[in-house]
Amino acid sequence: MAICKCTGEQVESPQDVQLMELLEHYREYDGALIPVLQGAQDIYGYLPGEVLETISKELKIPFSEVFGVVTFYSQFHLKPRGRNIIRVCLGTACHVRGGSKIFEGLKEILGVDNGGTTEDLRFTLESVACIGACGLAPVIMINDDTHGRLTNDGLDKILEQYE
Amino acid sequence: MGSLKEVRSSIEEAYKKKLDRPRIIVGLGTCGMAAGGTKVMAAIETEVEKLGLDVDLDFTSCIGMCYAEPVVEMGLPGAASVVYGGVYPEDVAQLIESHMVNKTPVTDKAEIQISAGGATYEGIPVMEKSPYYEKQVRSVTSRLGRTNPERIEDYIATGGYAGLEKALTMEPQEIINQVKISGLRGRGGGGFPTGTKWQFVADAVGDKKYIVCNADEGDPGAFMDRSVLEGDPHAIMEGMMIAGYAIGANEGVIYCRAEYPLAIKRLNMAIAVAEEMGILGDNIMGTDFNFKLRIKAGAGAFVCGEETALLNSIEGKRGMPRVRPPFPAHKGLWQKPTCLNNVETFANIPFIVRNGGDWYASMGTEKSKGSKVFCLTGKINNTGLAEVPMGITLREVVFNIAGGIADGKKFKAVQSGGPSGGCLPAEQLDLPIDYDSLISGGAMMGSGGLVVMDEGTCMVDVAKFFLNFTQLESCGKCTPCREGTKRLLEILERICDGLGVPEDIDTLERLAKTIKTSALCALGQTAPNPVLTTLRYFRNEYEAHINEKRCPAGVCPELLTYAIVEDKCVGCGVCIKACPVGAITGEKKAAHTIDASKCVKCGACVPKCKFDAIVQA
Ligand SMILES: Cc1cc2nc3c(=O)[nH]c(=O)nc-3n(C[C@H](O)[C@H](O)[C@H](O)COP(=O)(O)O)c2cc1C
Ligand code: SF4
Ligand code: SF4
Ligand code: SF4
Ligand code: FES
Repeated sequence: MAICKCTGEQVESPQDVQLMELLEHYREYDGALIPVLQGAQDIYGYLPGEVLETISKELKIPFSEVFGVVTFYSQFHLKPRGRNIIRVCLGTACHVRGGSKIFEGLKEILGVDNGGTTEDLRFTLESVACIGACGLAPVIMINDDTHGRLTNDGLDKILEQYE
Repeated sequence: MGSLKEVRSSIEEAYKKKLDRPRIIVGLGTCGMAAGGTKVMAAIETEVEKLGLDVDLDFTSCIGMCYAEPVVEMGLPGAASVVYGGVYPEDVAQLIESHMVNKTPVTDKAEIQISAGGATYEGIPVMEKSPYYEKQVRSVTSRLGRTNPERIEDYIATGGYAGLEKALTMEPQEIINQVKISGLRGRGGGGFPTGTKWQFVADAVGDKKYIVCNADEGDPGAFMDRSVLEGDPHAIMEGMMIAGYAIGANEGVIYCRAEYPLAIKRLNMAIAVAEEMGILGDNIMGTDFNFKLRIKAGAGAFVCGEETALLNSIEGKRGMPRVRPPFPAHKGLWQKPTCLNNVETFANIPFIVRNGGDWYASMGTEKSKGSKVFCLTGKINNTGLAEVPMGITLREVVFNIAGGIADGKKFKAVQSGGPSGGCLPAEQLDLPIDYDSLISGGAMMGSGGLVVMDEGTCMVDVAKFFLNFTQLESCGKCTPCREGTKRLLEILERICDGLGVPEDIDTLERLAKTIKTSALCALGQTAPNPVLTTLRYFRNEYEAHINEKRCPAGVCPELLTYAIVEDKCVGCGVCIKACPVGAITGEKKAAHTIDASKCVKCGACVPKCKFDAIVQA
């Protein structure tokens, strides 16, 4: 929740409303923390500190525990990320078929390192251990789309599809 | 809904009618989409509309031939249907005109044909006789690529939920007995007998029990669980419900990794429609058995595949393994008795209940019964999914089914069992694939990923790759795993960088054995396996790196040297521009040379030379 700079009152953004609905849905649910964090990350794109505090308060789970869970799992993010998330597979099958060359190629095109986000917030680049499409190695995933049998020459055209 | 039998016959009728219509089916599993299947589907829609054809358009999931994706099946009434591979939007018009309009299959794009008992076409291998499928036995995978996974009717018409229907007329103990007779061992890696596990949970005392499906599939190189989740979601649910009835649980959780969005979507659809039809929920099929099912999406941690870590994760905690005992069978989810099995394990259950434990036990070997789904990847011609009887040899899988090594290269090793497994060399190719033989060879069944490596793979680099993986994925709870894997990795990195010393081999072995015996969970206990097997079979490669500062496969950058072959060089000077450090010199039209003391081994010059004059060794 944000505090209004002029009046000092609490104002709710549409995102905050969504978060409240999410918390309401999971209030009586055993093991709610992870689904709530996943839902909150879908709403905000990442997990801002205030949101973690709200979740901790509403679910009555100590902040330290919430923070411990967030940092344990690789899919939770404490910083804003790009509009499109590129996951480059560096699993065994992709490794054997040259996945690291694709990764190097993407780093060069985007000018960011592993975990980095482009300045225009268009892309975030990450490595993953396996996407499960090993038969088409080397493979990357952009958001929920998987692209396989990649060559460095084809990368530009794939990126073009994402605004 | 009352008995399923009442609706089954009308569903089957409708399904048969569907098979007797002209139809085009596109493979839209994650792999099919990754190869461009969605665009092919769109092109087919446009073409069919343009020609005004009376054709049913449908989709299926992955049939297993990843090497042939995008895959399109075309069928005409009374004829075998033909599965085309490597179909791109530009091929669509011609395929449709030839096959659907002129009724002439396009032989050179056809992979296989699936006969429906009727006539077959000349010149196209029938599925069961084709090199890829000849040695396969398809039960768990029988619906993959054959039905639409988003339609429960397809599932029911192909025998789906008949196992549950039969189970509900049996005594729970009799179901457990059949699972014991089948000899089914857990397909998640450990190979624990499923019937025995079920008995433990059935006998455990508790007011509430749970069924949990492990769909975390973290092993790089393995995608059989994804294929079943995406291609036959109801089979897993049916297996879980039968387990619930057999052990006395009425609640189940599917823990599916978040990297599988399509699997989660199809599971959600399957759960919703099964609830609607009274197959899932209260008073299932008119009996007094109730079962509730939900999905929990993972959040990205390999160790969550370990059963106790997975339970912690469902409970909303960090996914760290628990000390055992107590085992999940006694104190699992929320401290209640819990039956936790792998996706493929559950998917086998409906077949076992329908056909009897003896039927299942008639396949496979003495101690490893039935069939197992393997994922074939790496440097082979045919990558994909293959369900084979246990006991088949590695050679048959690599050279018959997978079609041998790609690009005419030589076989070097097959990596089995993921990060917990090992690399088996050519001398072990006649090893039968079963739980115990693989372990005796130094590898593991694991979840069933087989990554084939050719002569261009450096085995020290492979060991380093796996150690890097386990080191990153170690949850950090116990010291041998947290610190030990880091030390192993450091030594391997040194060796690959050309800084290895002869004692390193002994240190690696000693450290590996210590970690194996002292880590808390199987992640740490198996993490040293890739090091130990590569040392066992490829020790000479370690020695070459350490003693001769040479990488025989030409992979480790620090150990490569670059040179220009005088006879081939025409002195065009292109490479000079490519070299970032000015290591190349030479007169125009005369052979150039590389100054080894300046070269930083970036490799940038090699692809630039049009005359293949620059070699790395
Ligand atoms: C680090 C680690 C990761 C694992 N990952 C998986 C997995 O992804 N899927 C799975 O079914 N089992 C996995 N297992 C094995 C499970 O702990 C457990 O033995 C299995 O799910 C039991 O089911 P089953 O008896 O049907 O094989 C893993 C084990 C370890 C130690
Ligand atoms: S062996 Fe590794 S992964 Fe397993 S509990 Fe110990 S530190 Fe965690
Ligand atoms: S690019 Fe090749 S042919 Fe040209 S100067 Fe360099 S080594 Fe010689
Ligand atoms: S490998 Fe790199 S540094 Fe060495 S000669 Fe070629 S371009 Fe120059
Ligand atoms: S190893 Fe890359 S998708 Fe599995």
